Amino acid sequence: MARVVVDVMPKPEILDVQGQAVHRALVRLGISGISDVRQGKHFELEVDDTVDDETLHKVAGELLANPVIEDWVVTRV
Amino acid sequence: MTRVGVITFPGTLDDGDAARAVRRAGGEPVALWHADSDLQGVAAVIVPGGFSYGDYLRAGAIASMAPIMQSVIDAARVGMPVLGICNGFQILCEAGLLPGALLRNAGLHFVCRDQRLRIETTATPWTRDFSVGDEIVVPVKNIDGRYHADAATLQRLEAENRVVFRYAGGNPNGSLNDIAGVCSEDGRVVGLMPHPEHAIDELTGPSTDGLGLFRSLLGVLAAA
Repeated sequence: MARVVVDVMPKPEILDVQGQAVHRALVRLGISGISDVRQGKHFELEVDDTVDDETLHKVAGELLANPVIEDWVVTRV
Repeated sequence: MTRVGVITFPGTLDDGDAARAVRRAGGEPVALWHADSDLQGVAAVIVPGGFSYGDYLRAGAIASMAPIMQSVIDAARVGMPVLGICNGFQILCEAGLLPGALLRNAGLHFVCRDQRLRIETTATPWTRDFSVGDEIVVPVKNIDGRYHADAATLQRLEAENRVVFRYAGGNPNGSLNDIAGVCSEDGRVVGLMPHPEHAIDELTGPSTDGLGLFRSLLGVLAAA
């Protein structure tokens, strides 16, 4: 068994209104020095040794992320 | 009587109104269940609104993998008319039957209001009874309604006249090009965020304009 992490983020050109709202809340908290926030998703998968990288990329690209609006990174940890 | 399927997923809300709209337009609604794969011989399918699977992961993502959707995808590929409304539109995009995706509304608010829409094409079975440029008023009610597609896809949709509905009198959610609904390459699969099935009766809706979509479909199927 191994742990695999998939991080999914909105593509750079996508207006991330949720990230913007988080950023505005930081400003209201009086925290300075943070110029931008983008919000994504973090998945942790428990994977047995028979699952190859190709399958993991398929899982990420076909279900965990929507390639129209999101980029993803698969990492074995 | 023409049989039109209406799918229910866990979390679907508007299947009752969609079935009622089909009946009001003169068709026979047929209840389809997400976990079945049998389309029961229907001539068209409506994927109604709601919050299928609680909108977990992304709106429409999990529903797009349901057994019934594989049957809908197969039938759509050979020309069966499909209409996705609101969450149904999101499901059809996630299933790859329609291009683009629906993002969180630009204002971050759940928007619920009566919305003017302009009919941009009548070359779909769902809009045939309208004229290009007609305006209809139907409710819009969603939080993930901001239509997005990459620049090349948008250009192609516009060039191929595949924007079916455009917001008029103000864009409620920041959708690119004021897009409220689009269709597939063959025009037979249509998705839109606003709710024509809620505008079929003066008593409960802002107009009866929505009935035009269901009457268009039944007219097209009767003539086929």
